[in-house]
Amino acid sequence: MVSHAKGYRTPFARVRGRGGVSGVSTFWGQRVSGVLAIPLTIAAIVIVVAVLGKDHQATVQILGSPLAAVPMLLFVGVSVYHMWIGLQEILTDYVHGEKLLLVLLMGNTLFSVAIAFAACFAVLKLAFGV
Amino acid sequence: MAETHMADIKAPRARPLSPHLMIYRLTPVFVMSGMHRITGFFLYLGTVLLVWWLLAAASGPNAYAWFTWAAGSWLGQLVLLGYSFTLIHHLLGGIRIMIWDMTLGFEPKQREALALATIIGSVSLTGLLWIGVYVTMGWTPW
Repeated sequence: MVSHAKGYRTPFARVRGRGGVSGVSTFWGQRVSGVLAIPLTIAAIVIVVAVLGKDHQATVQILGSPLAAVPMLLFVGVSVYHMWIGLQEILTDYVHGEKLLLVLLMGNTLFSVAIAFAACFAVLKLAFGV
Repeated sequence: MAETHMADIKAPRARPLSPHLMIYRLTPVFVMSGMHRITGFFLYLGTVLLVWWLLAAASGPNAYAWFTWAAGSWLGQLVLLGYSFTLIHHLLGGIRIMIWDMTLGFEPKQREALALATIIGSVSLTGLLWIGVYVTMGWTPW
């Protein structure tokens, strides 16, 4: 059994760097952001429901208030970090071409950062009323 | 390594392959695990709608009117129904994984129950949310 099991091992040199980008920190980051996302998602749903049927002026007033803006900013930050790791995991699982994988990993980061900036910019603009 | 040994190396045997998805029996745990990844992926795409909503509100009444028109259309309502279900499903799936991370609920009956609770819970909570919203809005949201 021992010699048989040895046949299934792959030399470290061939494995190194092939696991994509994940490790303990990725796993832990996904758990922490996931746990934080639970109350923040519930808060986001409550905020969305609160503006349903409201006109623009009332919506701006609600979204710009600290009680809505602060949870929304936290929700965006935490969930974008969570989805950035999540797509990275999906990409490293299913994309096998090295160059394509690198391009998609960069695209993931670019998309995630752009989404986070756009959402935070909008919430801050609503809050500060510029 | 001595040179005499190099000649002894034979062509590598065909490596054993790990069986892929198709050979496994579909169990609730398996399906919910797949659903978690799929819903996560769609939530990733869904952030575009979240940003549209926030930027429209920040841009002004005209941009916001466009958003509410789209969201209020039957297609918009369908997309939002799917979005809310996806979000709630992923949320409950995450709680299920959190329970397993604490090494709880691993018994056959328990893990089956947790998987079923994810789908039953997400369908019912989404239904409750939408019925609640439609009733309080007088059946005409937006």
